[in-house]
Parts: sequence; structure tokens; C-alpha cells
Amino acid sequence: MSPGDSVAIEDAQITSGTPPPEGAAASIIEGRSPWRLAYERLRRDRASLIALGVVALIILVAIFAPVIAALTGHGVYEQFRSTGLTPDGLPVGPNGQFLLGTDDQGRDVLVRIAYGARISLIVGVVATLLEVVIGTVLGLAAGYFGKVVDTVIARIIDIVLSIPFLLFAISLVSISKPSLTIVIVVIGVFGWAAVARVVRGQVLSLREKEYIEAARALGAGPWRIMFIDILPNIVAPIIVYTTLLIPVTIVIEASLSFLGVGVPPPTADWGTMIAGAQQIYQQAWWYLLFPSAALLITTVAFNIFGDGLRDALDPRAEQLYK
Amino acid sequence: MALLEVSDLHVSFPTPDGVVQAVRGLSFAAEAGKTLGIVGESGSGKSVATQTIMGLTRGARVSGQAMFEDKDLLAMDQKALRSVRGDEVGMIFQDPLSSLHPYYRVGWQIVEMIRNNHKDISKAKAKARAVELLGLVGIPQPDRRVDDFPHQFSGGMRQRAMIAMAMSLNPKLLIADEPTTALDVTVQAQVLQVMRRLQEEFGTAIILITHDLGVVAEVADDVVVMYAGSAMEKADRYEIFGASHHPYTEGLLQSLPAYGGVRERLHPIPGQPPSLINLPGGCPFHPRCPYVMDRCRIEEPPLFEVGGNPTHTSACWLTLDLVERTALRDKVVGGQLPSPSRP
Amino acid sequence: MTESGIPSASGAASDGDVLVRVEGLKKFFPVQSTSAFRRSHEQVHAVDGVDLEVFRGETLGVVGETGCGKSTLARCIARLLDLSEGQVDFDGRDITNLSARQMRPLRREMQIIFQDPYGSLNPRRRVGSIIGDPFALHGIADGADRKKRVQEVMELVGLKPEHFNRFPAEFSGGQRQRIGVARALALKPKLIICDEPVSALDVSIQAQIINLLADLQSEFNLTYIFIAHDLSVVRHVSDRVAVMYLGKIVELAPVEDVYQAPRHPYSNALLSAVPMPDPNQKVDSHQIILSGDVPSPISPPSGCRFHPRCPKAQPKCSVDDPALVPVLGDPPGHVTACHFPVETGEVMQSRPGVIAGEGAQAT
Repeated sequence: MSPGDSVAIEDAQITSGTPPPEGAAASIIEGRSPWRLAYERLRRDRASLIALGVVALIILVAIFAPVIAALTGHGVYEQFRSTGLTPDGLPVGPNGQFLLGTDDQGRDVLVRIAYGARISLIVGVVATLLEVVIGTVLGLAAGYFGKVVDTVIARIIDIVLSIPFLLFAISLVSISKPSLTIVIVVIGVFGWAAVARVVRGQVLSLREKEYIEAARALGAGPWRIMFIDILPNIVAPIIVYTTLLIPVTIVIEASLSFLGVGVPPPTADWGTMIAGAQQIYQQAWWYLLFPSAALLITTVAFNIFGDGLRDALDPRAEQLYK
Repeated sequence: MALLEVSDLHVSFPTPDGVVQAVRGLSFAAEAGKTLGIVGESGSGKSVATQTIMGLTRGARVSGQAMFEDKDLLAMDQKALRSVRGDEVGMIFQDPLSSLHPYYRVGWQIVEMIRNNHKDISKAKAKARAVELLGLVGIPQPDRRVDDFPHQFSGGMRQRAMIAMAMSLNPKLLIADEPTTALDVTVQAQVLQVMRRLQEEFGTAIILITHDLGVVAEVADDVVVMYAGSAMEKADRYEIFGASHHPYTEGLLQSLPAYGGVRERLHPIPGQPPSLINLPGGCPFHPRCPYVMDRCRIEEPPLFEVGGNPTHTSACWLTLDLVERTALRDKVVGGQLPSPSRP
Repeated sequence: MTESGIPSASGAASDGDVLVRVEGLKKFFPVQSTSAFRRSHEQVHAVDGVDLEVFRGETLGVVGETGCGKSTLARCIARLLDLSEGQVDFDGRDITNLSARQMRPLRREMQIIFQDPYGSLNPRRRVGSIIGDPFALHGIADGADRKKRVQEVMELVGLKPEHFNRFPAEFSGGQRQRIGVARALALKPKLIICDEPVSALDVSIQAQIINLLADLQSEFNLTYIFIAHDLSVVRHVSDRVAVMYLGKIVELAPVEDVYQAPRHPYSNALLSAVPMPDPNQKVDSHQIILSGDVPSPISPPSGCRFHPRCPKAQPKCSVDDPALVPVLGDPPGHVTACHFPVETGEVMQSRPGVIAGEGAQAT
């Protein structure tokens, strides 16, 4: 071998596969980004795909709630005193006209569940996004800057997490009028702390990585490092966490509405419906069962999908959760 | 007869991307009182082979034989293997922290190890033995430090404590998998010295797995050079370092900065090790070999005796006459291996 | 000639040839660094008074064992860490107290190659964007121009330019290290600090990278500070070598002087501990096995820090901290911090019974 050719001697064998680490059965699929790899893994996960399908269905139902109303001919606030209530004034059960029966005011439960899905999803998604954005930014700042910034944010997290959320929400609503915005803000303001704590932990471990030091050695400033070098490496756990947080938020919203401090009537809402059904479920089981089932199916679907997403994004070969 | 005789060991791991052929037809023997060095780079299968023998690889397809005295380790169930591990075979790994439990005192872990296998030994006796062992491996004030937790030990002390633990039952065989890779050279020297002394005292057979040719030259009696899951060359250490036959062995030695003068160009092996999923046909080393012939691309060579010496075998189609082989080396890679100089 | 009077190996020392000058550099880390409210008084003395000059175009090897402060020293020179005490001059300019922002333009001139070919590349970013970072950060090239320049650098370090869009996970360890080299080289810096650049690689690949670094040095007249614990690698690449122990330089000399006639007992022990790939060397005859472990850098020993483990230690050593000066008639370029330096040809003995534990001091 002549001197000088060693600079370019590593040849094209990369296409035939890099060697797997000693003892590990893991190997590397060539030519695909980490997201692509996650997608491939997710595609093989049947339970997650079904869950995703259910989530998509719920979203479609929420979007097309007016269509459902039009098809049935029943408005969401419309009370059918003659056909929707028995002569004793009790709801009627599922029948040809009211597929899922009616509620105590003679309104169509199916239509109201469809409209309720809108509230659940809006609150679930918007409030969760609020939590995640606040939590990520503060978690990033705490983890990256450390020192005083970290101490202050960590104390705020501790305080927020130790306030009894429900009591606070109830008293807040007693001061101002309950509304959708208030519900979202209350959930967002209380929910970010858990996200921030997760993000902070991730950043703390990533901060010590050599590639972060390399970025600093190249002259990258703190904001660039946080958002270009660190954030892409925690996007996966954040996505997973978001997916798992949505059902939690949906349940919290339903709980608030159930307690009468959430979305005010007559807006159709699953929590409000379940609360209303409490009085008469012995006479009208459908009024309790169907909204509860809608809530259960939604949360289970999100949770299964979130779990699948985590498995897909967190193969041992990658260093996401280190 | 050898204490451990492994023959035609194959280990493969099915993965979504294909079957990883980690070990392909490996045979070797370990003898009492001797050290067998297994050298190879990452992915050569050197660790997988011994881990498989000890039943520590999960989800692997395994075939072959591993006769330990008169029992085939590969045919044993997990329970029987567990009693062999520790009682008759001790193991040391690269990372002592992963093997020492962080929440239990070092001494307690050794005591447990002893009493797990010999229920009749009293606690006090086992503890006395633990102190003795820690002293033997050079832990200062062993009677006091026996009650320390692993984190109170330095890296070198942990590794020596691991050796004490592995030796606690007087095993006939000690498998050391990169035991000094994580250690500094001065600490490595301490640990290797401990291993040598224990071997002299107890006549233990040692299998030393390492990537460090210097360590092998210092402590191994016999050497197996592995590449892509197979043995490329087997010989005693003097032959390996003084009269190697296989081009891979030669390439490894030439890559060492210890050879060659200061600031001279090194002679790396060109290219990368092959994928174990998609091995090149013929000899696995042929894409990187400076001597490659047509035959090498088609037929995988078996181990041949070099120069009629049954203890020196090489899996290579090149001439088996060492004089001719040396002449060929002069012609192809230019010059002999310079002798190493102490750094 | 400078005040400390250390000429370069080539003997061409004049003030203009000094690229990096370090004076009295100290770096302490608080033992508890995470809490802002509670400050511990204990400090890790990672680097404890280092004077050093690095000459333009040379390779200065820094060797020592885990915790000797060699990486901390490098990070202080690169100003990735703030100094606790002392001064660092780079290219004739005092950079000790420059802020991160003020350092930015200087980052073009000094780069680092890291140890871990896996940890030093962001797994979520494509190779082209990783190597393009230096251009982007310093506003040097954009768009197609940047891509062209990145591909030039890739070719220079032996990577295929068409692998521009791949992720680090698709490369082997040796190739990843080439990516790290390419990133450091992109802006043609004056100084590259190599922090254990080959210790995570297999020997055959290690040799490829060492050759690459040597080629690049002669092509671009680079200056290297080469940190490693592998003494044969350091010997191979360095012009001069600094041996560090517990935060201090104990010996500094042209490479062959250190390897052929090490003066400090620690240098001797360190060199003797390296296993040689030559079975004909009798192990026990040459090895000096040190007793005990490296003491804690929180409360380093008094006097000479090596005295508790030194086979030649005398009472004086525990009191007087020896200065780093030429000893035993060495030329001014070979300095040693020892009261009882090792004579050429002197056979140093291990302390008796050291490995059996008796007499070895607890840490």
C-alpha cells in the first residue's frame, strides 16, 4: 500500500451495511431518517393502527357533527317534547328516530355526543398544546441554562404541582363565569409543570452530550443550541407525551364539566351529559352509557396510540431517553 | 485433555433486517493453568461466543458443542448452567458497575455468591473468605473495605472486586471479557498482575477476550484471532507476534502505532469490517486483503496447519510455508514488520 | 525566547511562533454544582496551575490517566470552560476573559475533535448539515455554495460527498470520526484540539484516522493539541509531550526525550505499564506497578502530588512542591517537576508488596 491512499480508503461498503455492535442483534437500516424508521416500526404495530383509526373516526365525527345533525334532522339544542319524551316526561330509549335515545330534555343523544366530541377534542388538543409549549420552553430553559434559572423554574414547577387543581378550578370559576376559554387556560396553566419537568430531565442529559459541546466549540449561541441541537432530539418524547396527555386533558375537561365548572350548558359536552344522566340513569341507561362509552373509547384510543408511538420512536438502538 | 473444548460453534441472531451471523464455526480449547487470548475488533464475535457458551445470549440460534470437562454447556438447561456459572466458571466483564449491585455492600455480594452455591458454609466463614479474597486482589485494608458499597471503590478497585467475586468459588475457568478496557494503564497493570498471580496460585484456566494486542502479548499463552465471526488464525503468542501467517493478523499488527517509527505513516487495514448480515462470499477478509486472489472471493478457507505445525493454524489460501510467506510479504506489503519499540 | 524558556522541538522558538500560551491556569469545580442556594466549600482541583506553550505547526501530546485534568485543560484553552485562575493567550491575544459572544469570531481559528464518534454527532441531523454548521454559524457560505464547500471537506477527509444527506447512524465508527474531523477542519482553523480522537476506535480504523490527521496537518499547517491516554498513539503523533498527574504537568519534553529518558517517576511508571505487543518482553522485569489509586482531586496530597505512590519518595516530597524545571542537565526544553528525578538507565523498583494491599494507603 502506498502512502497517501489511506485518506480515501474507506470505501462504499456502507451500502452493504455497517457492522452491528458487538453482541447486539440490532442493526441499521440504510438510507432512512430516524422519522422514517419510526414510521416503519409504527406501520407494523396493529394495535396502534387500529387506535389511530378510532382517533381519526372521532375527529371525523366532531368535524361532521352538523352533518349528523342534518341527517337525523335533530338540532343539537332542539328539544323534542312530543317524540323525544315519554308521556311521563322521561327520555325515550334508542329507536328508529333517536338511534341512541334522548336525554332528559328530549334532545338527541347521538347528535349531542357528536357535538360533545368537538368540545372534548378542542379542549384536549388546544389545552394540551398550551401545556406542551409552555412546558417545553421552560423545561428547555431550566435544563440548558441551569443555575439560577433552573432553580427558579424548578421551584415554580414544584409549587404548581402541589396546588390542588380541582379546588383551584372550582374557586376560580366561582369568581368568573365558566367558559370554554377559562377551561382551556386553567388546564394549560396547571398542566405545563409536568411537561416542563420531563423536558428538563431530557435536556439535562442531552446537555452533557459531546455534540452540544461541539456546537459550542463552533460558536453556536444558546438559542441556536436549544432549538437546533437539543429540541430535535426531544421532539420524539414530547410527541409521545403530548399524545398521552390529550386523553388526560379530555378527562379533566369532562370532570370539570361534570362538576359544573367546565363548559356551561346548554353546550353539548360529554361531562355535562354524564352529570345529567346521574339523576335518571335507572330509567334511561342509554343517557349514561353512550357519553361514558364515547369518553372511554376516546381516551383508550389515544393511550394505545401513544404507547405505540413511544415504542416506534424509542427503539433501543436510538438514544432518545438516555 | 482441555478443560473447555468448543467445537464448531455457530451463533446467529434473527433481526428484522436479516440474520446477523455473529459466530460462524468457531472452535477453541482452554487448558488448566493457561490463558487463552481471543482477540478481534468490534463485531468479530469474540464476546458473543463466550457469552453463548455461558448461556447469556438470548434469542440467539446456536449450534455446536462446548464440552466443559464431560458436560456439553450448550445442551444444559438454564438452571444447570447457573450452577456452573460461579461455581466452576467465573466471569469478569468490562464494566464492573454493571455486575456489582450498587445497593449492596461489596462483601455482602461476595458472601451471597459463596452461600448461593454452598449452603453449608456459615455466614462468618463466607465473610472471612470475602476479606481474604479482597486482600488477595490488592484491595487495601480488606477487613474494613469489605463493608463498602461499590460506589466507594475506584474503577480499578471495582474491577479487582469483580475478580475477587469471580474467584470466590475457586472456579476452574475464568472468562474475562475486556476486563481492563475501561481502566487506565497503571490500573490495568495492577489488574493483569492480580489475574496472573491467581492463575499461578490456583491453576485456573483463563479465557481473556480483548481488542488490545499488547495485553494479549503480555498475558496470553495461546491466541485466537477472530474476524467476522470466525477464527482467522490460532497459534501460541510467540508465533502470532513473531511469525503470523494470516493477512488479517499481519494487518492488525501493522496498524499499531507501537510498530513503526515516530511520526512515520501507519499502515491501517483499508476499508471497513463487513456487515454480519450480508457477508462477502469466500473469505470474509478478502475485500480488505492486500493478497487477495480469485479463489478467496469464492471459497472460504478452512484452518490449515502453518508449516506443518499443528498448534499454528490459519484460515488462508496463501502458501503455508513461512519462508515463502515472508518473501511474499516483502513483495506485496513491502518489508517485514518492524520490531515494536517500547513507547 | 519566552520567560518560561521552552523552545520548540524544532528549536525555532521565537515569540511569534507561540500559538497558545497558558499561564498559571487553574480550574476548580464546586463539588455540588447543581444547587444555586447551597454552595459547598469543597472543590475539585481539576487543573491546578499549568504553564504551557504550544508552537505553531507542532503537535503537543498531553497524556495522563482518568481525572488528571487533561480534558479540562483543553476545554479551558478552547474557552468552553471559564478559568478559575490564570491566563490563556491565543495567537498573541489574551482570551481569558472574553465572553461567549466575543469568543465567537475566534471559534473559526480553534476547533475540537471529540472522543466519542457516536456522542459527538447529533443523531437527528444530516451529515451535510452537521459539517455545514461552521459555515452557517460564521455566515461564510450559503445554499449551493455551502453544499459545495461541505462536499469538498467531506472528500478531503475520505468521505463520499454523495453521503451528504445521510444521518450519522448510517456510518461506522471510523467514518463518524471522519465526519467529526471534517467539521473541525471546515474553516481551516489554526489550532485543533484532539480530545482522545482515536481511543474509541478499533486499531485498524484508528490507524486510518491517525494518518488522516497527519496528512491534514502537513497540508494545512495545523497545530494540534493531542490528548490521549494511549501512550503509543501519543508517541506516534507528537512533537512534544506533556505528562499530567492530578491537575499538574509533571514532565514536558520533546517526545523522544520523554519516551527514552523519562525523568519523573510517574512518567516512568506510566510508560512501563503499557503492555507491548511483543511477547518477548518480560513483563515483570520492566513493569513498575504503582500502589493504591489516584488520590482524590478534592484534597490533593501536599507537596508533590505523586509522593504517596512514588517509589522514590522522600520526606521532602510531602512538603515541597517541586518546580517544573530542567533536571539532571537536561536541555531547557525538557522540564520535570521532581526532587529526585530518575537517572538515565536507573532501574526503578515497584514498592514491595504493593499489590497485596499491605501498606498501600487508602484513598
